[in-house]
Amino acid sequence: MSSVEMTGAEIVLSALRDQDVDVVFGYPGGAVLPIYDALFKRNDLRHILVRHEQGAVHAAEGYARSSGRVGVVLVTSGPGATNTVTGLTDALMDSVPVVCLTGQVPTHLIGNDAFQEADTTGITRSCTKHNYLVKSVHEVARVIHEAFYVAKSGRPGPVVVDLPKDVLMAKGTYAAKPTSIHRSYRPRTKPDADAIERAARLMAAAKRPIFYAGGGVINSGPRAARLLTRLVRMTGFPCTLTLMGLGAFPRSDPLCLGMLGMHGMYEANLAMHGCDVLINVGARFDDRVTGRLRDFSPGSKKIHIDIDPSSINKNVAVEVPIVADAGEALDALIKAWRRLKPEVDRKALERWWAEINKWRKRDCLRFDRGSKLIKPQLAIERLYHHTRGRDVYITTEVGQHQMWAAQFFRFEGPNHWMTSGGLGTMGYGLPAAIGVQIAHPEALVIDIAGESSVIMNIQEMSTVAQYRLPVKVFIVNNEYMGMVRQWQELLHGGRYSESYMASLPDFVKLAEAFHAVGLRATKPEELDGVIAEMLATDRPVIADIVVDPAENCFPMIPSGAAHNEMLLGPGDESESSGKEEGMVLV
Amino acid sequence: MAQDKNQEIETHTVSVLVDNEAGVLARVIGLFSGRGYNIESLTVAETDPKNRQSRITIVTGGTPMVIEQIKAQLERLVPVHKVNDLTMEGEYVARELALIKVAGKGTKRVESLRIADIFRARVVDSTNESFIFEMTGSTDKLDAFIRLMEPLGLIDVCRTGIVALPRGPKPF
Ligand SMILES: Cc1ncc(C[n+]2csc(CCOP(=O)(O)OP(=O)(O)O)c2C)c(N)n1
Ligand SMILES: [Mg+2]
Repeated sequence: MSSVEMTGAEIVLSALRDQDVDVVFGYPGGAVLPIYDALFKRNDLRHILVRHEQGAVHAAEGYARSSGRVGVVLVTSGPGATNTVTGLTDALMDSVPVVCLTGQVPTHLIGNDAFQEADTTGITRSCTKHNYLVKSVHEVARVIHEAFYVAKSGRPGPVVVDLPKDVLMAKGTYAAKPTSIHRSYRPRTKPDADAIERAARLMAAAKRPIFYAGGGVINSGPRAARLLTRLVRMTGFPCTLTLMGLGAFPRSDPLCLGMLGMHGMYEANLAMHGCDVLINVGARFDDRVTGRLRDFSPGSKKIHIDIDPSSINKNVAVEVPIVADAGEALDALIKAWRRLKPEVDRKALERWWAEINKWRKRDCLRFDRGSKLIKPQLAIERLYHHTRGRDVYITTEVGQHQMWAAQFFRFEGPNHWMTSGGLGTMGYGLPAAIGVQIAHPEALVIDIAGESSVIMNIQEMSTVAQYRLPVKVFIVNNEYMGMVRQWQELLHGGRYSESYMASLPDFVKLAEAFHAVGLRATKPEELDGVIAEMLATDRPVIADIVVDPAENCFPMIPSGAAHNEMLLGPGDESESSGKEEGMVLV
Repeated sequence: MAQDKNQEIETHTVSVLVDNEAGVLARVIGLFSGRGYNIESLTVAETDPKNRQSRITIVTGGTPMVIEQIKAQLERLVPVHKVNDLTMEGEYVARELALIKVAGKGTKRVESLRIADIFRARVVDSTNESFIFEMTGSTDKLDAFIRLMEPLGLIDVCRTGIVALPRGPKPF
């Protein structure tokens, strides 16, 4: 593109187009009016008007995670910017590439407590991967291109670009996307050949190996998930996935042990505890996964593939660190494995699988199937059953329903599961579902929700209506902040302090008020009919599934306990020595 | 954290080359406060005006695992070009500058001047009843001098914190 004179606002939009952006999630206000004006004059950028700026960021996250592209947000200064903080922190914790453009008061007013002024770069410094305050129109294009580069390269994350109004109105020339490399930020993506060799040898000598894969595989792109699948099958080793990694390896594969961690599978956690070689691909030894650190996988040698060097040796010391993109490292490992043609200890591996299959027989997800009330597990199991074979994307809110969704919904491929893992943000699921539906207009998008969480961003039903998005909100309604209630039952003597959600709305009427279809199931016999009706409706639906309010989510490793101190169900007393210690943890 | 042998607190001098842009110091300091790391001393100034780069020298303490984390976290910051752990990378020279104000009369005044002479501190301001000494040296040497000044009428101390370079001809 030649250098054309235009306003800062027009430069912003040209840069977005050059970055292949075709949709922006936003909300207008005084400081960004120049951008909205420029937007009005062109038709190559779609703007989705959310109802709250937090919703814009979660929508951008849902868009990004389901499509592998960068999600873009546009908000005004002051309250517009501060409303994005939760979403930005969420994107930072879960490594989601988001570029968030915020308006700012004119440069000469910065620092004057001007109307709708906030120190946006100051406030967002610790909840973004990087941020910029653009002080000259000549910087606009460069900064926006750089923001996209930073957001999506290395470990992805959110980037804020703060744009003062006078900069947006000033005239400048547009400079197209640069091809040169960044002056300081050049994350390593290719693995060290030596480390790969050592990893392959360690794997070849393993007697009780396990793959432990996380969101890094998903972030690397679908190819990484394919390569992981190939490597796991080549080796015949078991593979467990983190909450963020669900879909990185097909759940239906017999080598898949399902999710690990606090509410993970019995067999997955015990295999982690008992393994002798642990191959971590793109996961970060999060405390939800490790439990009590000093008893975490005590007998294993550990390989850790991570694109972020600061994730390595942070919580858990490892023998073979590999700083690289998950896909690149997996590719190299597969090649090394083929070259080595290792003679793995088949006998030992068979014994290991026999042990794992014994743990599997405990059937850790079993629940009372004869109940007169709808069990939440049954609700999700039936939802899964009815949607099998369809192109279905699941988002969730945060709480018990989220964990049940992770346990009972079985993902075969990447990018179909969007949940707030690191931050655990109630109110994530509905706006995220909007973003997913925008990215995949024809797909089936379901927010598996808790009645308490969904209310945190329920205003986004209005966005759903405006854009006629056929999003399905599947509310697992236990009338409680169930996860809080569960902890109070297990750890605080059953004192249910403020965890009952009184005065809930009538969700059927609420759906109707938002121009959607409202459905309700209160008995197990009604469940299948309601799900079928929901799926047959081509409009947005809120399905209020009234479930057993007292059900707890198991298995559970209480905070501060070790993997082999898992609780499998009601009446299973914790023998954890660290109960007191665990109380202070979240 | 992990192994017991790794539990001992070590002091490291870390040198960070950054783009001299708005907010870069806030990013570095915010990283330390946000993640609960110590800063024992920190100096910063532009060292390469042509490329608009600054060098930040930080003295920090932690277990080996924490020190590794600090370096990895610093490297992750977008405007950071290079992180050097001088404590790990061989010998280096570290210097600090201090201004020390001492007020007193008679023998105490004479004694402070005599000690300053031994420590090679320079007098940069003098009145009938006070001196300001300027002194450059290692942190230990400055500490020792300041301790000796205490009974002699020490009024105020101002220190820069450490600047450091690796020994020998090679660059950072
Ligand atoms: C914004 C926010 N506030 C508070 C919490 C703490 N919290 C975690 S789960 C939960 C209860 C969620 O209730 P609901 O959405 O009904 O889900 P359920 O556990 O009942 O399935 C709460 C309050 C949180 N995760 N996020
Ligand atoms: Mg609930």
